[in-house]
Amino acid sequence: MATTVRIPTQLRQLTTGAAAVQVEGSTVGDVLKALDAAHAGFADRLFDDAGNLRRFVNVFLDDEDVRFLDNLETPVADRQVISIVPAVAGG
Amino acid sequence: MSYVSGLRCLECSRPYPAEALQVCDYCFGPLEVVYDTERLSASVSRASIAAGPPSIWRYADLLPAAPPGNVDLGAGWTPLVRADRLAAELGLGELWLKNDTVNPTGSFKDRVVSVALTKARELGFKVAACPSTGNLANSVAAHAARAGMRAVIFIPHDLEQAKVAMTAVYGGALIAVEGNYDDVNRLCSELADQYPTWAFVNINLRVYYSEGSKTLAFETAEQLGWQAPDHVVVPVASGSQLTKIAAGFQQLAAVGLIDEHPVRVSGAQALGCSPVATAFAEGWDVVKPVKPDTIAKSLAIGNPADGIYALDTVRSSGGAMAAVTDDEVIDAIRLLARTEGIFAETAGGVTIATLAKLAGQGIVRADERVVAYVSGNGLKTIEAISSVVGPTATIKPTLEAFAAGVTIEE
Repeated sequence: MATTVRIPTQLRQLTTGAAAVQVEGSTVGDVLKALDAAHAGFADRLFDDAGNLRRFVNVFLDDEDVRFLDNLETPVADRQVISIVPAVAGG
Repeated sequence: MSYVSGLRCLECSRPYPAEALQVCDYCFGPLEVVYDTERLSASVSRASIAAGPPSIWRYADLLPAAPPGNVDLGAGWTPLVRADRLAAELGLGELWLKNDTVNPTGSFKDRVVSVALTKARELGFKVAACPSTGNLANSVAAHAARAGMRAVIFIPHDLEQAKVAMTAVYGGALIAVEGNYDDVNRLCSELADQYPTWAFVNINLRVYYSEGSKTLAFETAEQLGWQAPDHVVVPVASGSQLTKIAAGFQQLAAVGLIDEHPVRVSGAQALGCSPVATAFAEGWDVVKPVKPDTIAKSLAIGNPADGIYALDTVRSSGGAMAAVTDDEVIDAIRLLARTEGIFAETAGGVTIATLAKLAGQGIVRADERVVAYVSGNGLKTIEAISSVVGPTATIKPTLEAFAAGVTIEE
């Protein structure tokens, strides 16, 4: 089961410019690990030394911030879309 | 003359040129403007500032954009008023109010927008955009009209009527999004990616935009006779206003315009959207996002971009955070109006209610020189108080009806 991950501009040099890529995984964390396996460099950019999402990285599963769900443990169903969005905006 | 030497990531210190950049390309951290403090110290003086216009632009040297060509409706240089009657009600001593309700579009946002669109024009942008809880929408719409720029403004669909009208009247595109502010913000973060030729003032121009809030500190210090106060109370939405007020006092000291003086910085939130106050109370090092539910819509940001920095600023300065209920907000709007003649929007009610709470707890003290920031005009949020205030009596136009229906204490 492939999940679509939407990639912000800042990370597109890792995907040779692609704004969205397809990878597989059953949880948000698995999908992001698979993303790093397919396009080396993502883990370094998304996670801190302790393996948590960096504090200025927002990850959405469809319309919901994964911090309102089960963070990296959140299960991913068929046809759901994961979006990586820089957090520093607004106000 | 610009004293900007570049941008820098607040998290990982990577340097960047002074262009339109959303975040650090490496770690997504926020960027900050770096100034040549040595050159600034040598050329900026109290006299050079005093010779400037009665607006934020008197501090142009301390900002990341400057005249000529500034987008200006006259933001800033708002009154700093001594508030003895309110102080007496709250058991405080020397209390001042920074009355930002009188800005061109009725809120402090005119400061940040004037700076952001000045920089946007300098960088060649022709479209001004933003996600907004309302006050920013008003200000971007007006300043874009002033600058002859096209405006594209995104708001939550359930904003106060006045904030919608006060944006739409200027003629730009106004998009009401079916969601809360955080939904609007996320949409715009993704749109900013797709439309890099649009100046989203609080996204790809945010590093410049937020610098405008430093003028709240600059003016306060100048109006106090070039002194920093002991304690400031500031509303917290994204947290940017609070952190930049603290940064403003620090910059004034760094360039020698005021003496070093510790300023305690306290933050105000509505209980229905209090992620930073909660983190403060719980002793957390992270700000957990929340789903907002408060009448203080201008502060209803559940995922505050600068929340963590606001928290750091409050803690390291010896201030505090507090959160107040919607009923306390309404009471505080009326208290401020009744004691000092200033009609604030709900965010001002949050600030004054928080000031009262912190004064009651002995955190804001009677022996301190205190400044509270009243950031927006009450006409924008009439809905909040229209059900609790109204005519004292409704009578026929006769002396008899007045005598029978009305009692006035003199």
